[in-house]
Amino acid sequence: MITAERKPMDEIMESIDGCGRILLVGCNECVTVCAAGGRKEVALLASALQMASMKKGRALDVREMTLERQCDPEYVEELAPHIGQVDAVLSMACGCGVQEIARRFKTTRVFPALNTTFMGASEGPGIWAERCQGCGDCLLGLTGGICPIARCAKRLMNGPCGGSGNGKCEISDDVDCAWHLIWERMKELGIEDRYEDVISAKDWRTGRGGGPRRIVREDLK
Amino acid sequence: MQRFEPTIVAFCCHYCAYTAADMAGSMRLAYPPNVKILRVPCSGKVDAIHIMKALEKGADGVLVAGCLEGDCHFKNGNVKALQRVTYLQRFLEEIGIEPERVQMVTMSAGMGSRFAKIAAEFTDTMRELGPSPVKAGDRMEPCAKAS
Ligand code: SF4
Ligand code: SF4
Repeated sequence: MITAERKPMDEIMESIDGCGRILLVGCNECVTVCAAGGRKEVALLASALQMASMKKGRALDVREMTLERQCDPEYVEELAPHIGQVDAVLSMACGCGVQEIARRFKTTRVFPALNTTFMGASEGPGIWAERCQGCGDCLLGLTGGICPIARCAKRLMNGPCGGSGNGKCEISDDVDCAWHLIWERMKELGIEDRYEDVISAKDWRTGRGGGPRRIVREDLK
Repeated sequence: MQRFEPTIVAFCCHYCAYTAADMAGSMRLAYPPNVKILRVPCSGKVDAIHIMKALEKGADGVLVAGCLEGDCHFKNGNVKALQRVTYLQRFLEEIGIEPERVQMVTMSAGMGSRFAKIAAEFTDTMRELGPSPVKAGDRMEPCAKAS
């Protein structure tokens, strides 16, 4: 999923300063699962914003809406009847959702309430960790299902650096060394001999190196 | 000058604090009428939004009262409630509301006197803190016109 975290309240409040009516829009997908921008978080932020402005003796009208998906125009359209009644939209979706709203409603300001962080997985209640950087040419099949691009601090492709120690990465004892994980996994799979197969230099054009990417499926158009 | 009387909402777990409050009554122990009790099936049932709404709608302080550690009828609802209260205290701080306005307390069903003592102490703390800054909203002016 795409993970995100709420921005500091100061930053959020500064962005909507001067607005009397805002539409606070959550998303039912990834940001709901990572407890950053679902219906619950929308209600909590709405209440916090109300209180913060009441504290200043000002009225703020916060309308709450949570879309099925903020990155799909079909759902973003549901905001159309409300857009004219507000000064700005505050989005609690990932950056894709914020941009979809900006694309559809050309004359309405839209601010992000979240910092979109990474594509990751849940390691347990309240813990999410980075797993994939969308390189566009997945090599998990060569590395025992552990991504050295997203999980190695140096994105090394052929074994660990000299900083790997006791299974941890040199950047922090809280971070597993990706190449240690890959080695352990290969041992478990009984394919240690494949560890020394050289992975050729990666062509980063399939990733961000090739500029903004699009997927076009003629059969679905 | 009239003394400030805070409004306090206490979310009380059915299995402990609610019964303790009842016991305080049967023991003829007085506790401040400022404390308005809301019975919940478990302190873990109290969501962050319930506490926020209580504060938004005019409470000066909120108590979440659950069972003693290890005694939760639903295993760990009280531990979860404490985590939520701690999270919310930091959130409130971010918007300039004193985190002390929300407290988690624990007790057993038999601790009537502990309930009365906590209720009195918390009421005193809220009196000292003064009215919730959110109440400035009673004199609200619109801050901008919608375009
Ligand atoms: S190799 Fe590329 S696509 Fe596969 S998990 Fe890593 S970053 Fe994602
Ligand atoms: S210690 Fe491991 S994870 Fe960290 S940079 Fe070196 S090889 Fe990558």
